[in-house]
Amino acid sequence: MLEKRIIVCLDVREGKTTKGIKFRGNVDIGDPVEMARSYYHGGVDELVFYDITASSEHRSVMLDVVAEVARQIFVPFSVGGGIATVDQMRNVLLAGAEKVSVNSQAVKDPLIIDQGAAAFGNQCVVLGMDVQADGEMPSGYRVVINGGRAPTDRDALQWALEAVDRGAGEIVLNSIDADGTTSGYDCRVTRMISESVSVPVVASGGAGTPQHVAEVFCDGAADAALVASMVHYGRYSIADIKRYLAADGIAVRLDGLV
Amino acid sequence: MSVGIVDYEAGNLKSVETALLALGARIVISDRPEVLLQADRLIFPGVGDAAAAMRVLKARGLDQAIVQFVNSGRPVLGICLGSQIVLDASEENSAVCLGLVPGIARRFAPDSGLKIPHMGWNQVEPTADHYLFSAIPSGTSFYFVHSYYPQPQDSAAVIGCTDYGVRFTAALCRDNLAAVQFHPEKSGRYGLRMLQNFLEYRA
Repeated sequence: MLEKRIIVCLDVREGKTTKGIKFRGNVDIGDPVEMARSYYHGGVDELVFYDITASSEHRSVMLDVVAEVARQIFVPFSVGGGIATVDQMRNVLLAGAEKVSVNSQAVKDPLIIDQGAAAFGNQCVVLGMDVQADGEMPSGYRVVINGGRAPTDRDALQWALEAVDRGAGEIVLNSIDADGTTSGYDCRVTRMISESVSVPVVASGGAGTPQHVAEVFCDGAADAALVASMVHYGRYSIADIKRYLAADGIAVRLDGLV
Repeated sequence: MSVGIVDYEAGNLKSVETALLALGARIVISDRPEVLLQADRLIFPGVGDAAAAMRVLKARGLDQAIVQFVNSGRPVLGICLGSQIVLDASEENSAVCLGLVPGIARRFAPDSGLKIPHMGWNQVEPTADHYLFSAIPSGTSFYFVHSYYPQPQDSAAVIGCTDYGVRFTAALCRDNLAAVQFHPEKSGRYGLRMLQNFLEYRA
């Protein structure tokens, strides 16, 4: 049986991680490679790195991080943040990432999804989408871009369907309303998107407890769950989350838990 | 001891390369038959389209090189798409494949209600005593990303199975040739263990 994935998200700015003040052990909390190693040895199923570097001249630093992560961890990982061209996608994949995610840029120029899928295969192209509840939209959710700051005229469900049609092999669905609240994922929008598209959907935004993760698998029909602050600040380990899920009857990978 | 990795523009070789280097292997990545035929063992990884992969293999004479390598008795490992193109054919764009193992690659039924591709960790149950699974517990999870799966004609070729709506062949073999549908290079410590088993295998 396919297991539900727990994916840790690391924000990286100019080569340094930006969260993790209470990270366990002797890990340099500013070092994305060290943090990735720690999560890898703790049983994480996958990792996501978001490059939040503001200026484009420092973007090459991220490629060094990607290459070093690839040398040290042996689970899949994806890279996103500011990816705007097929060449940038290629650089990230050649550095050793399995997948590359596009978000705002794909809304502005959807052809990047088609081009990425044609060049590297659908399984390499992840659509990241930020959504916000909005009664004026047909599905009840609006796509927002630029880190949630800029509303668009796109309906969340329509955009998800279009992106999959264009070749996105996975969707990371982030609820702007839930993001940062640690009061739980938006299971409603997650279920709506997940049950409408043919590709896996990764729920993002709002996780605060293992119970929230269980909810988004059961009520939200998510295929995977992104976690960040609940593990970065040391409140829970990957093992804590997975053991909770397993006790709840949810299939997870239990190998390698510490 | 050197390990040849077949470069045929079928997806990312980087993760296979880094995993083998982490295990201390000496590797040679090439798209040239004469270079690869010098290696002591051979890996052909790959993701993507079976028909496109076969076109590239043929254009470079790599199809014959792989067959020749297998027939030489040296250890060969196919990964992901590599587990499909060893068969006679694939349903993917009606590709004619290498014909090393009788059988075809089938697509997961789109009306099954299951997400396609089959992406993520799933348990593999060894169905035969094969060196690849040495020191790996039955039911260990490996990382999969695929929409087609190998279906060997002869059940004796099957060495590992996985459930995803259907029970499908996740690992297969023919003599010195073994192939896995999942990605050992991305499957944590047991994935590395499997690659190490391949590196240590004495035919």
